[in-house]
Amino acid sequence: MSTPLLQLRDLRVSFGDTEVVHGINLSIHPGQRCALVGESGSGKSVTALSVLRLLESAQLRGQVLWQGRDLLQQSPAEMTRIRGDDIAMIFQEPMTALNPLMTVGQQISEVLQLKKMWRRQEADQRAEALLAETGIDDPHRRFGAYPHQLSGGQRQRAMMAMALASEPKLLLADEPTTALDASLRLQMLNLLADLQAKTGMAVLLITHDLALVRHFADHVAVMEKGYLVEQGPLAELFARPQHPYTQKLLDSRPSREGLVPVRADRAESLLQAQGLRVRYPMNLPGLRGWFQKDHFTAVQAADFQIEAGTTLGVMGESGSGKSSLAQAVLGLIPFEGGLSFGDQTWQNSPARDKALRQRVQVVFQDPYGSLSPRMTVGEIVSEGLRLHQPQAPESQIEACVLATLAEVGLSTADFPDLLNRYPHSFSGGQRQRMALARALVVEPDLLVLDEPTSALDVTVQKQILKLLQDLQKTRSIAYLLITHDIDVLRAMAHQVMVLQAGQIMEAGTADQVLYQPRHAYTRTLLEAFPNA
Amino acid sequence: MSASVTPFSSAQASPTARAWQRFKRNRLGWYSLLVFMTLFVLSLGAEFLSNDKPLVVRFQGQWYFPVVQTLPEKLFGGDFETPADYLDPFIQQQLRKDSNWALQAPNPYHHSTLDYFAPLPNPAPPSTRNWLGTDDRGRDVLARLLYGFRVSVLFALALTLFGVLLGVLTGAVQGFFVGKTDLVFQRFIEIWSAMPELYLLIIFSAVFEPSVGLLLVLLSLFGWMGLSDYVRAEFLRNRQLDYVKSARALGLGHWQIMWRHVLPNSMTPVVTFLPFRMSGAILALTSLDFLGLGVPPGTPSLGELLSQGKNNIDAWWISISTFGVLVVTLLLLTFMGDALRDALDPRKANA
Repeated sequence: MSTPLLQLRDLRVSFGDTEVVHGINLSIHPGQRCALVGESGSGKSVTALSVLRLLESAQLRGQVLWQGRDLLQQSPAEMTRIRGDDIAMIFQEPMTALNPLMTVGQQISEVLQLKKMWRRQEADQRAEALLAETGIDDPHRRFGAYPHQLSGGQRQRAMMAMALASEPKLLLADEPTTALDASLRLQMLNLLADLQAKTGMAVLLITHDLALVRHFADHVAVMEKGYLVEQGPLAELFARPQHPYTQKLLDSRPSREGLVPVRADRAESLLQAQGLRVRYPMNLPGLRGWFQKDHFTAVQAADFQIEAGTTLGVMGESGSGKSSLAQAVLGLIPFEGGLSFGDQTWQNSPARDKALRQRVQVVFQDPYGSLSPRMTVGEIVSEGLRLHQPQAPESQIEACVLATLAEVGLSTADFPDLLNRYPHSFSGGQRQRMALARALVVEPDLLVLDEPTSALDVTVQKQILKLLQDLQKTRSIAYLLITHDIDVLRAMAHQVMVLQAGQIMEAGTADQVLYQPRHAYTRTLLEAFPNA
Repeated sequence: MSASVTPFSSAQASPTARAWQRFKRNRLGWYSLLVFMTLFVLSLGAEFLSNDKPLVVRFQGQWYFPVVQTLPEKLFGGDFETPADYLDPFIQQQLRKDSNWALQAPNPYHHSTLDYFAPLPNPAPPSTRNWLGTDDRGRDVLARLLYGFRVSVLFALALTLFGVLLGVLTGAVQGFFVGKTDLVFQRFIEIWSAMPELYLLIIFSAVFEPSVGLLLVLLSLFGWMGLSDYVRAEFLRNRQLDYVKSARALGLGHWQIMWRHVLPNSMTPVVTFLPFRMSGAILALTSLDFLGLGVPPGTPSLGELLSQGKNNIDAWWISISTFGVLVVTLLLLTFMGDALRDALDPRKANA
């Protein structure tokens, strides 16, 4: 075994009195592809950032040996040289990591001019070559583009070119694909692997996505709550996980076991959409915009139906119109075409729609944005009841709220004084349960789930999906499930609909669409999930 | 970064309560609030602190409370039915006779008291008789400062209250309903803010009889626009959030959503700006009074004192003490504003 490039010895990181990383030992050898896996809050990003001492206000103890030298003892000037020169980093959100006022070409070229003392012209040429290496299309034109003119994938490629400009020996990649669409993730990872093979640098990939790890890494370290619980070669760790947490992580793919089987005999249509179209007005440039508006069509003439007690999964990448579809079904945005719940439909008036509102509810993606931070749990969950059953006595409302909260797994036994708490004291998964309780308390027939688990950790995701399956069983409630995650669809959907640019590409039963896709686009989407 | 640690003990505390805790941890802001509130409460009881009428009088076996009673001079052995002048040496002598006694206010002058028995010409420098001297009409400067401070703060409170009510209402309507409502309101605000406020004030104070009420109305008409923009921006942002969509999906009406969901989450800029708006209002009143466009003559006011200080440059005690009161008041408000801003900063909310 060669001498390690980077060696963490009993690294401890604390903010104030709180220690968040509790003594980590980790070695990275030249040319190694190491993955640091963990859920949010496990301390994996903090560990990576503390290698470069990029954390302000954090106290670092232990040793960070870079080729035998302790980085924690180096002067700030020396650290500046090492950052970028020897160790480069790419971040999750390329939009915020790139300077919006400089073209990407200038930014890459600047690295070369500063770090290698190259002349402008030379540096520009090399920068363009680097961009070409990352597989960006039309590198000459992209060189002169500003970050906002590039797509998410292109920005991440530009970031990568910038990180590689100084030919680092180690690349720290902090969730480099999380902000990207699923079909791009694998591409980016393959690119990272190619570049790694070409340059021979070591890569530390920080991620929560096990599928990516399996695809990319040769050495895996698992972190939980600031402890490094297990590490080893990829094959060994995945085949024989020793630590219970690793086992739990590996076992966190959602399962279809608890799903209610569809009963073809007595299918009862709950929602019928015919030629559903959603258009947004757009401003025309210049004087014409004063008098007329252009329209952007988000959903084009969609026909579908949802049967009572079943799940219709809608799959598509960002910008495919799936959220617009969900909002139209909820009657939150104006739409054209037919959309009927039995004999009811949206009439665009809060008073006339009230009866239907009770039948259709929603759970959103972001557990932090979907609960008002200034209302207590009791106020949040009881609001729908108070509106739809204004005559109900206070005691009945409270009993109903508590029962619903218990149904989603939040009981007063675990959380004393639950109703008077505020959302900030709950975790993402618990908040998502609360959002679910708020929707369920009015006993809807249809629940629109807009990416209900994509902001959650994998182990929490599995619990929430299980809960949703159980609720469907007990309440025979129908779901309109919007997601980009094929694992979630596999676990949850009875019917699947694939959207691209507002058009339904393919629709049918889950078995058919997810396992025997007919449309080429569906196949590309499915391939993007590596271990499917 | 994915590390967010929430202390468990604060589970029950509302966001408002936690912001209040953070505010209290800011020493400067917290003490500024305490000092300001003390000064304000004291000035509310100015009649008991600075009054030419004694608080309690025991005269020939009878109890009198001149501070709330108007008593004729004759009662104390004078010649006339006119209200007694308690600064009159004769009356004072009467009140000390036999077992009579009188409890004077700590500063025995009302803001309008003219001391006819003063030994020195006006304006008189600070002495044991007038701690901060007298103004050019012989009125006690300390008394005028105390009452003037009260008028300023009350006026600022009222102006801020009306400004906030109007600003929040218009901002909320614009930000929530967007589209044409917003467009029309914004154009109206542009036109309205182009009106020359000062000239209007001068014209109106010439046409109408100047009064605090008129001043309040005029300043309120123009004082809401800045805040309205902030509230509008907050509403524009918050109306997009998922909890508002959820509330709409639940079937809540527009006003219910605005009142219960968007408004409580949009008050941060309003609360943060309260102290700064107060200090702005105090300064506005002071400047108008200084120019003679403000409160009616005779009303104790900091601006009028400053103007006296300007006209009597040798009477340094008038300008220096008024200047001191203004600086202290505005500084306290600014410190409170800084602390509030820090306490409500969302980036520090989890710290």
